[in-house]
Amino acid sequence: MLERSADSGAAGDLTAPAVPDTTRGAGGRVRRVSLRARLRRDWQLLLMTVPAIGLLLVFHYVPLLGNVIAFQDYSPYVGIKDSPWVGLANFQWLVLDESFWDATLNTLTITAFQLVFYFPVPIVLAILLDSVVRPRLRLLIQSVVYMPHFFSWVLVVTLFQQMFGGAGLLSQTLRDHGYSGLDIMTNPDTFLLLVTGETIWKDAGWGAIIFLAALAAIDQNLYEAAAVDGAGRRRRLWHVTLPGLRPVVVLLLILRLGDALNVGFEQFFIQRDAVGRDAAEVLDTFVYWRTLLTGEWSYGAAAGLVKGVVGLILILVANKVAHRFGEQGIYKRS
Amino acid sequence: MNAASWAERPSLIGRTGKAVVLTAIVVAVVFPVYMVVLTSLSTQEAVTRAGGLVTVPGEMSFAAYEELFAGGVVTRAVLVSLGVTVAGTFISLTVTTLAAYGLSRPGSLLHRPLLFLVLLTFLFGPGLIPKYLVVSGLGLIDSYWSLILPVAVTAFNLVVTRAFFLSIPGEVTDSARVDGASEFTILRRIVLPMSRGVIAVIGLLYAVGYWNAFFDAVLYLNDTAKWPLQLVLRQYVYQGQSMFVGQSADAAAAGRSLPPNLAIQMSIVVIALVPVLFVYPFVQRHFTKGVLIGAVKG
Repeated sequence: MLERSADSGAAGDLTAPAVPDTTRGAGGRVRRVSLRARLRRDWQLLLMTVPAIGLLLVFHYVPLLGNVIAFQDYSPYVGIKDSPWVGLANFQWLVLDESFWDATLNTLTITAFQLVFYFPVPIVLAILLDSVVRPRLRLLIQSVVYMPHFFSWVLVVTLFQQMFGGAGLLSQTLRDHGYSGLDIMTNPDTFLLLVTGETIWKDAGWGAIIFLAALAAIDQNLYEAAAVDGAGRRRRLWHVTLPGLRPVVVLLLILRLGDALNVGFEQFFIQRDAVGRDAAEVLDTFVYWRTLLTGEWSYGAAAGLVKGVVGLILILVANKVAHRFGEQGIYKRS
Repeated sequence: MNAASWAERPSLIGRTGKAVVLTAIVVAVVFPVYMVVLTSLSTQEAVTRAGGLVTVPGEMSFAAYEELFAGGVVTRAVLVSLGVTVAGTFISLTVTTLAAYGLSRPGSLLHRPLLFLVLLTFLFGPGLIPKYLVVSGLGLIDSYWSLILPVAVTAFNLVVTRAFFLSIPGEVTDSARVDGASEFTILRRIVLPMSRGVIAVIGLLYAVGYWNAFFDAVLYLNDTAKWPLQLVLRQYVYQGQSMFVGQSADAAAAGRSLPPNLAIQMSIVVIALVPVLFVYPFVQRHFTKGVLIGAVKG
């Protein structure tokens, strides 16, 4: 992250503000100015931030406060002010709710599976792309592999269905050759493979960007020196390339761990009915189905709040660990 | 990067292996798209003969597209998605660049608290339910604004843009300021023209977000007549529902009732895909120029 805020400045810092935090007048003077003078000087800048700050307040911070309904028996007809307070009752129900734990388990399983089978793919892809010497060819391949990132999940899932569904290309080909058809899209047993495959197809190329940047930053002289010392391709990969990638890999790994409760919403929402709840219900979809379809607003808010708080703790812990490794602080994929 | 003199020539096996793997990757991305486009352009007979998706070009026909654009569900959904995308991207870019510029002078009044407010949104999502309650409390249910306002500013894009503005040397803008130009003028006349790359990238990110809007529409639009394209895509292609179902009264009255044959289904997929394919090449060169990476790494 570019500039972290005052509260987390203590641990060893690669992330000091990009520009010294001083008051700079028109001529580059550096000195303290009175509030009134600063207002006269900066009112235009302040005015410019009003729309964005306003939107964030209304659609981020007001809902944040709205989480108080997790401690109520909220009814939209009565409103937040007059709904009865129930303390931690919703959370007690949540702890006893088996389907909540099932959703949590599914979420963590998917995260773990993707850590093993998705996470390394962009790294390998980046190393592969980086080894393409001809710039035009490389640009072409890069453009192709980045592209699916910009397709919607509905589109990606639909494409997969056309390839691997019951009426899809794979089944069709199998049937043409006398085998029975195969429907991967509705099989709960292979769901983990399916969602990971989809994620790789959609996002591995895009995910490679950051590793490509890290590769480009490796000093070419290191390769030359290693080669002069008699290191072959494989040893240069091991002793130069991988150490060069290490900081970024460690950082992204830790951040992914901090983000363990987020596996993406739409991908699972779309496929939940086809595959069934047992395999495809994750925390986000749990909140949705339990609330908007049954009207148990407070219960859903409680589940969402638990997820948010645990997620926050995980991110802060991950950030601490990142600092411990001497890496940069928080940055999160949008 | 050119091969340096010290590098040994790669072995034939190594080079072939790499070429095979890279080709396979490119084919894996391109092939599904190719088949979908081809099927959407094929006649009913060609689709029947292929027994499904068409892989070898046969008789071509624009019949599916003509039918879809003759009015009815898909035509309307395309207009909705286009409208939301254009209006949303315009609003997002305006709001984001204004705020990014407003926050690009460390030491200005309230700079730190406001920046903190923006960065804090990274850490903690407000949660689905309270957000829904706010949107519905504002009376935005079944309004297209519900697809725009809640997502009009993302902290990530704001921070990326601000990082770019920060990298512009102060001398460039100082002289204009001495000449009495307002901050708005400086932003419009000096800063924005220097920032085409970053504007293109965040514009693409926003536009793709609006075009792909799916879950917000599920949440906030109960009226199926207002559905954007992605919901139509899910209903008629992924779920394969007959086009009669869920069609609104006035569309049914207009007499358009389409059985979703494969060519028509694939045409819907292509329509959802084409704007991305069309805009993407103009923007993607900025990715490699490192606009995003530079900002992310700070």
